[in-house]
Order: sequence, then structure tokens, then C-alpha cells
Amino acid sequence: MTPRLGLVAAGGVLLVAVLLIVAALVAYLVSVIVALARIARGLDAVIAGVGEIVEKSAPVNDIVAAINGQLDAGVDALEGLLVKKAGLTDAVGLIDGLYPGAAANGLRNFPDSAAVTAPRIAEVYTKGTLTLARLGREAPIAAANPAGPVLRNVQAGSLAARLLYPEVRQSRPERLSRSPVIGTDAPVQYEQRDDIGAPRRRLPHRAAGSSNGTPSAAPTP
Amino acid sequence: MTLWWIGDVVLLVVVLPVVVYLLHTVLGAAKSIVPSVERIAAVAAAGSRDLDGAALLATTQDQATRTIAGVAQYGGSLDVILDDAAEGGR
Repeated sequence: MTPRLGLVAAGGVLLVAVLLIVAALVAYLVSVIVALARIARGLDAVIAGVGEIVEKSAPVNDIVAAINGQLDAGVDALEGLLVKKAGLTDAVGLIDGLYPGAAANGLRNFPDSAAVTAPRIAEVYTKGTLTLARLGREAPIAAANPAGPVLRNVQAGSLAARLLYPEVRQSRPERLSRSPVIGTDAPVQYEQRDDIGAPRRRLPHRAAGSSNGTPSAAPTP
Repeated sequence: MTLWWIGDVVLLVVVLPVVVYLLHTVLGAAKSIVPSVERIAAVAAAGSRDLDGAALLATTQDQATRTIAGVAQYGGSLDVILDDAAEGGR
């Protein structure tokens, strides 16, 4: 091989190598461009979806906050009304009676209610009071039946309902005559009978005497 | 001339494989992003559809307002017709 021919061959090989490198660059870079174009289209779809999400969820915070504020106001009013009408202790007892265990959390606006020992409310509340209690708690789960008999606490119940009963006892008990006072310091002392506590002088069946069945006189005191 | 041949060998044996390897890696990374982006786009579209009901929150707010107003009126009536708890009583 002459030096000239060898030089031409080396140049040809160099040219082929460069062409191979350029071809590889073109092939791979075109594939990368295609992939990046698909990525760009996907990101466009993502941006559109996220934009819709942002647009649709924009008023959610304000509306939910407003609804929560209104519900808070309703709970405040109902709790206040329940405590006002039933008293804190009875309110806690009523809640615990309707929804066992609920009184442990206490009333939201009455922090002291968590420390109140819930009394057993097994008496004395009207349907209206039960309904009032249910309004303050989740209504469908009721431990008591509002269709049952009306129970009433004559002390804490409605005065109007009390007036339905005879006037003598239900609304004016203070006008009744007082019960007698007994004891050694009672204002009225009664003479003590000697025979009380002493043994009988004659048994009743012996006092009957004859067998004719006619009752005899009462035993002599 | 020997240097020419050495340069050719280096170009074919070293430079060309390195270039191909690097380009292949870049292409693999780019192609691996595509399905992820497509899944994200599908999720974003589904999330947007899930929020279609958010517009009904305005109706919910209106209903809540009316309900609370009714409860307030009912509570006010109860406040009038029921006695308060007795002072010092249970």
C-alpha cells in the first residue's frame, strides 16, 4: 500500500466514523424529541385538569366555613336552650340517658359539664324535652321512645301543663295543711295509753267463750 | 499516517459507543416520563370530575341556612313555652 493510498483509506475510515456518530446522534435525538413532545402534551392535559380542580375548589373553603359557622351557631343555641330549660346537671343526664357515654364529652359551650356526674334520668321529661335533646345531638339514634307515655317533673316541668291538674295539689301545695309533727318536741302532745306495748289480758279467741258463733265483747283494755 | 489510523480506531471504538450509550440513556429517561405524565393527566381529569359536585355546596349552604333558621325559630318557641330550670333545683 502506498502512503498516498493509505492516507486516503484512513481519511475514508474517519469519514465513516464521523457519519456513524452523526447518524446515531440524529436517531436518538429525534426519538428524544418525540418523547419530549408527548411529555409536553401530557403536561398540557395535567395543567388543564389541575386548573379545573383549582377553579372548582376555589369557593369550597368559604362555603364550608360559612356552613360550619351556621351549624356552630345552631349547636350553641340548642345547647344553651337545653341547659337553660333543664339545668346543667339534668342536661348532662338527659344527654347521657339518650346517648349513653355522650355526656363524657360534655357540652361544647359549658366546659364544666364534662366534670358533671350524669344523673340517671329515668323520669320526668316531656316529649318536647326529649325532642329538644335530640335536636342537640344526632337525631336518628334515640335511646328512648318519644311515643311513650308523657313523663313530667312537676318541679322543673311546664307550669302551663301543671295548671291542667286540680289546683289543690299540683300548683298550690303550699296552701295545704301541714302534716302533723310527731315526737317529744311536737307542738301537740297526745296522752299515752297504758295498754300500748303491754301484754294482752285475754286472748281474742278465748274471749269468744261459747261455741254459738256469736262474737263476744271486745277484750277489756 | 499511523496517527490517522489511531484516531480512526479511537473514534470507532471509544467515542461512538460512548455517544450511543449516553443518547440511549437520555432516550430511556424521556420515554419513562411519558406514561407517568399520562397517568397524572388521567388522575387530574378524574379529580376535576370528582369536584363537579362542589358547585352544589352553594345549595347546601342555602339549605343549612334555612335549617338553622328553622331550628332557631323552633328553639325560640320552646324558650317561650317551657319554663326555665328551677333555681338551685336539679
